[in-house]
Amino acid sequence: MASAVVNIATAALDWVAVAFDAPFAGAVVFGVHINGHLVAEVLLIAVILFQLTRKSYKPPKKPLTEKEIDDLCEEWVPEPLHPPITKEMKVEPPTIESAAGPHTIIEGKEVVNFASANYLGLIGNENIIDSCVASLEKYGVGSCSSRVFYGTTNDHIDCETRIAKFMSTPDSILYSYGISAIFSVIPAFCKKGDIIVADEGVHWGVQNGLHLSRSSVVYFKHNDMASLESTLEKLTNKQAEKVRRYIVVEALYQNSGQIAPLNSIVRLKEKYHFRVILEESHSFGVLGNTGRGLTEHYGIPIEKIDIITAGMGNALATDGGFCTGSARVVDHQRLNGSGYVFSASLPPYLANAAIAAVNYLEDNPSVLTVLRRNISLVWEGLSDVPGLIIASDPLSPIVILKLKNSTGSLKSDLELLNKIVERVLVEDSILIVSTKRSVLDKCRLPVGIRLFVSAGHNESDIKKVSESLRRVACENWPDIV
Amino acid sequence: MVRLPYVTALTTLFSYGLLFAFGQLRDFFRKIIDWFKSTSKDLKGYAPICLGLEDFYTRRLYLRIQDCFSRPIASAPDAWFDVVERYSKDNNKTLHRTSKTSKCLNLGSYNYLGFAAADEYCTPRVIESLKKYSPSTCSIRVDGGTTDLHMELEFLVARFVGKPAAITFGMGYVTNSAIIPVLIGKGGLIISDSLNHNSIVNGARGSGAAVRVFQHNNAPHLEEVLREQIAEGQPRTHRPWKKIIVIVEGIYSMEGELCQLPEIIAVCKKYKVYTYLDEAHSIGAVGKSGKGVCELLGVDPADVDIMMGTFTKSFGSCGGYIAASKEIVQYLKHACPAQLYATSMSPPAVQQVISALKVILGEDGSSRGAQKLAQIRENSNFFRSELKKMGFEVLGDNDSPVMPIMLYNPAKIPAFSRDCLKQNVAVVTVAFPATPLLLARARICISAAHSREDLLKGLEVISKVGDLVGIKYFPAEPPKHGHQAHKKVE
Repeated sequence: MASAVVNIATAALDWVAVAFDAPFAGAVVFGVHINGHLVAEVLLIAVILFQLTRKSYKPPKKPLTEKEIDDLCEEWVPEPLHPPITKEMKVEPPTIESAAGPHTIIEGKEVVNFASANYLGLIGNENIIDSCVASLEKYGVGSCSSRVFYGTTNDHIDCETRIAKFMSTPDSILYSYGISAIFSVIPAFCKKGDIIVADEGVHWGVQNGLHLSRSSVVYFKHNDMASLESTLEKLTNKQAEKVRRYIVVEALYQNSGQIAPLNSIVRLKEKYHFRVILEESHSFGVLGNTGRGLTEHYGIPIEKIDIITAGMGNALATDGGFCTGSARVVDHQRLNGSGYVFSASLPPYLANAAIAAVNYLEDNPSVLTVLRRNISLVWEGLSDVPGLIIASDPLSPIVILKLKNSTGSLKSDLELLNKIVERVLVEDSILIVSTKRSVLDKCRLPVGIRLFVSAGHNESDIKKVSESLRRVACENWPDIV
Repeated sequence: MVRLPYVTALTTLFSYGLLFAFGQLRDFFRKIIDWFKSTSKDLKGYAPICLGLEDFYTRRLYLRIQDCFSRPIASAPDAWFDVVERYSKDNNKTLHRTSKTSKCLNLGSYNYLGFAAADEYCTPRVIESLKKYSPSTCSIRVDGGTTDLHMELEFLVARFVGKPAAITFGMGYVTNSAIIPVLIGKGGLIISDSLNHNSIVNGARGSGAAVRVFQHNNAPHLEEVLREQIAEGQPRTHRPWKKIIVIVEGIYSMEGELCQLPEIIAVCKKYKVYTYLDEAHSIGAVGKSGKGVCELLGVDPADVDIMMGTFTKSFGSCGGYIAASKEIVQYLKHACPAQLYATSMSPPAVQQVISALKVILGEDGSSRGAQKLAQIRENSNFFRSELKKMGFEVLGDNDSPVMPIMLYNPAKIPAFSRDCLKQNVAVVTVAFPATPLLLARARICISAAHSREDLLKGLEVISKVGDLVGIKYFPAEPPKHGHQAHKKVE
């Protein structure tokens, strides 16, 4: 068997040798000796070229036929636009029948109102109402146009100048809605590729602005300067000259009532070369000796903060928002702030109300002393309520009470708090509110009961609310003494 | 649709190219001058807050024509208003107000039904509500910001629009940006018209859903996109889409065109997708009784899932609303961030809308509402037909109170605007980035407060300036009666 194979092999090799010794094997073509091995090489090259010219195998593409698309469209079942309506969704908020001042009317009864962020008690102020009436008779209600197209009245420019003068900055820009100020400012200055370090407790308006800016956002632990420093340390790199970097914080967090330690933040910002965007909606008109906000409270020169935004729907008792900073910052927003360019301007009477409110604040800084006294009275009254503990800063006009022992889930916490709030309203005619969280909100801070303290409250109001809360809490948790 | 002649396109491109080249040259010199001056110590280690290219358009193109925009006014934006005169000492970089004003015809404000200035029915009631409720509630809607005025407004809006329930917000822009993310999220698909407003684009981006665009007002193309998307499913995983929403507007403010609503609704019903109609410019301005594009085009409001609108344009106030089924509105009241985090609408503004709606519905005891609606329709159609006769290129459909006049070349923008102002007519000109680069236009907004004399004066001035600036792109129709009279004399 083996010998037969060997024989066949040698016979084949003989044939190959014959081919090599064939007559043309010794020929010379174009001065090249054609030897036998050249034949084999030429044949090989021919085979390779032949294979290269063949198309590689691809399975044929079959696009969907019209009938198949029709079938798919028939079978597709969309989800409903809204999830099933639960019991909580059906709860209606109380309807107010008079001005939302310290005392208001709900369902015909007079109620003490701790649910309005009317910190300086300007709701119902005669001067402001008179200036609004004059403005309404002159301009009507709306401005009917964007700021860029005849929606700018003299009042808007005067309001911007007044606020800039009050804050000692070169210029300011007015937005037509409080929450639109921050979510227009952030995308105007931060684009894809920039770096933002934000506190995890910022409210939805800031979160929306951060999302729309498409920059890389890193959150640090709520109001924790060590966490901020370590985050900034991790993000330092040589690209500082090309990439813009920002720290976004709120002066007074509406989700927790904490005040941001601006001196540490400014120190860190200068060390690591970041810019600061400060959201002062609840601290403008509240903090500082004359109400100029967090920078005055800490004694920091205002030039060190790059961008300050605030909503005017709180202390100034009007509507709208503003942003202030250097001239470059403000000018850039006049073409790039989406809430400024693509939206109608603030109604002129509200701009007038803002000017009147700022004038009042500048002429009567004693109202801040009254506010601070009221806050400390509330703290005294609520410091020993069973089952609830005050979680906000002692200087914050938003007093937040959270549960000493959480029930375990956010939902059941809120249910319990809502029950307490309802009892306080129904039994003692005092309006306080619980934290509201939207499904879109990323903030995970604990929920609680909120009281908005105003300079318009008097001592008896505060005593009433402390007694009422204490009573309802005692009945709720009879074991805790 | 816009038909751009080749010569115009070439000259426009050339003009922009020239402006761009000069701008770059000046930037180059600026860089050299800055390099000689020592860089300030404060900004060492920081990237510039506005990067070079973003700012280029503002610094080199917009600043040259800055006096055509943001003109302050000193009176209510009625049919005639006072425009404050401004001067500049440094070649338009900064503008200073003077105390002089000039009375101009207002062809730029969105004052469709004439509610902008003090109105005999609305203003006394607004002042009363101001004295009762103060300018603001300082509170969010779900805390203590819901007054009985807000509840009344929501019932009235729902009744007016023809839907079971409605919800209102303090700003129109926020309405779109805050509602769309609540209705649809990741795993959903938004198909929006290519010329939708910035607020819708922001809302769509903020929602996290996939976004596709269909050709402006083109129902067959919408059907094509829908079929393709439903068949393919989500990108990469090919899972079926959770839900699909199609977003269109009633009147497109830059084109003046009406939406082709019946065709689009038919397509959407066939493929089981939800529709969202943004009636910012059309509510109160079109339709026999002012009920918007649905009434004008004969579409049943029940066929549109969500109807959105604003109070800024036809009602002379501020704010926006959403009208939909009771369940959707209940869900939105519970979950929408604009209800849970933003101050509620100012009570006097709410009262203004309630009064304006009552006037339009005729419930104030007079027929002013019907008069206003008839007036605006007549005014719009008259103005548009006259402009077309003069040879201007006017966009938009009949009955729409918005009419853009094409300018194209960048130099014609300030020329048209300044010359009209010199002759006491205030117009609005729009260019890039609100419109495509080559298609700059002047946008006229007609109001029910304009009388026939006002319109004739406006037409006269625009015709004169149009001849001067050279924007009569079409041949004018010769006045027929004059020609015949001439013949008769001979």
